[in-house]
Amino acid sequence: MVAFEGVSKRFAAGRTSAEVVALDGIDLAVPRGSVTGIIGRSGAGKSTLIRLVNGLEKPTSGRVVVDGMNIAELDEKNLRDVRRSIGMIFQHFNLLSSRTAFDNIALPLEIAGIDKQTIEKRVTPLLDLVGLSDKRDRYPSELSGGQKQRIGIARALATEPKLLLSDEATSALDPETTRSILALLKTINKELGLTVLLITHEMEVIKTIADHVAVIDGGQIVEQGPTFEVFTGHTHATTRSLLGGLAGLHLPEFLTRQMVEEPEAGLRTILRIIFKGENATEPMLARLGSDLGIEVNIMAGAVDEIAGRPFGMLVVSLLADEAKIAQARTFLAEHGLSSEVVGYVR
Amino acid sequence: MSADIFALLLKSTGQTLYMVAVAGLIGSLFGIPLGVFLANSGKRELFAAPATNKVLGLIVNAARSTPFIILVVSIIPFTRLIAGTSIGTSAAIVPLTIATIPFIARLVETAIREVDPGLTEAARAMGASPIQIVFKVLLAEAKPGITSALTLTIVSLIGYSAMVGAVGGGGLGDLGIRYGYQRFMPDVMAIVVLVLIVLVQLVQSAGDWLARRFDKRIRPR
Repeated sequence: MVAFEGVSKRFAAGRTSAEVVALDGIDLAVPRGSVTGIIGRSGAGKSTLIRLVNGLEKPTSGRVVVDGMNIAELDEKNLRDVRRSIGMIFQHFNLLSSRTAFDNIALPLEIAGIDKQTIEKRVTPLLDLVGLSDKRDRYPSELSGGQKQRIGIARALATEPKLLLSDEATSALDPETTRSILALLKTINKELGLTVLLITHEMEVIKTIADHVAVIDGGQIVEQGPTFEVFTGHTHATTRSLLGGLAGLHLPEFLTRQMVEEPEAGLRTILRIIFKGENATEPMLARLGSDLGIEVNIMAGAVDEIAGRPFGMLVVSLLADEAKIAQARTFLAEHGLSSEVVGYVR
Repeated sequence: MSADIFALLLKSTGQTLYMVAVAGLIGSLFGIPLGVFLANSGKRELFAAPATNKVLGLIVNAARSTPFIILVVSIIPFTRLIAGTSIGTSAAIVPLTIATIPFIARLVETAIREVDPGLTEAARAMGASPIQIVFKVLLAEAKPGITSALTLTIVSLIGYSAMVGAVGGGGLGDLGIRYGYQRFMPDVMAIVVLVLIVLVQLVQSAGDWLARRFDKRIRPR
């Protein structure tokens, strides 16, 4: 649906600022019908990246192809037509304060020159879809943040686009409202078959709805792929740091304080066990005890869900010699659980 | 107060209202578009034309820093060209309008610059043309600010119109100077001032009421 091919974007040096390289050789594909998330810290270049898709920014070099068209090559007139087939929602909603909910949703249709009857016919079901039929004649100042974003979403869908761009759409919302907005986006993606490209700095957002993810840092894509694989593989340092909140990735203080790196007789081995997908629910730890006779002590960890699949990490300590530990790790590997030795404690 | 003075007062009020109304109307006609252009013609803006923006900005500043009474006499040839004469109420409208245009333009520019740039971006993302952005977003969102700007303009115009007696413009200010001051009739002066105060008060209240009505940003509970 969207393809970035060797895209770079530089902002020329100003009188007071040096040249900024916002994006540096981006190659990225957004599969049709997917929810693709781009995650990165602020200043990583994600805002620039999403604005290239509807031509709000032009790339310095490279191609941005949307539905077979190179956006950078279009003239203003054609660009406006393409924009009408791409919806966009914003962090601060960007609703017109002078228009009611209904009239805000109608705005893109008015811009497209659609007549009043058709607008009425299109807007009413959209208000229904986002669950705000009763707020039809309310002004944005009378709505909550979540309601404003719902109106923003309805407005973005008004022209029946094939692609929805989401620019930090939940970053200004509380966790509960965030969940309901994400659920709405997921519904829209599933039921209307809309491709969603979103940028965020919140891991939670990606984890909840993105089936594809790209991690951006310093204007470059450092990792991309199906969300579950990228997040559970978490090889790149940036991905790791963004995943900071993920259960079990960080060792608790009390462990790191007394941990040593070299094995010694009488020390307990600290093992991090990573559960992926279905294996997460299997009672493997109990079997370590019953089958191999190793005493397992759980130190930290949790089970989470990424892109709809369970994923967990457990930090355990085992009192056993090296041979037994190796045996235990082989046993875990045979059942699809990866493990790593992180240290030793008394 | 004699009936003659009362008739003069009525006539002068009519002249003031006539000058303010026509100058305000024509001034808005030119001043609002100029303000919109000034607000959007900077670097990387909707109608990016930084050079034109600079030149127009300079002209606006020059016009605004010229004392009004000097503007009145210095453009007499231009006034004669437009109105056919340089004396009288209709002729006085010319300098009043010329002074009003840059005044409105700057106020409108400020009102438009206060519109959240996110709204312009959203409209661009919807495929709006620059003209659509001006009418559907900028002017619509800046309506309370522009209403306040026009209110302020009319109030200032009432003040300016008092000075055009110098070119035979008539009006309340002229009445006050000629009868109240030069003929030592303090009661006439007092009435003129009173009428001006009432006029300004009415305009201000009406403007504030309208601006509040247009403003949907904060709603009283």
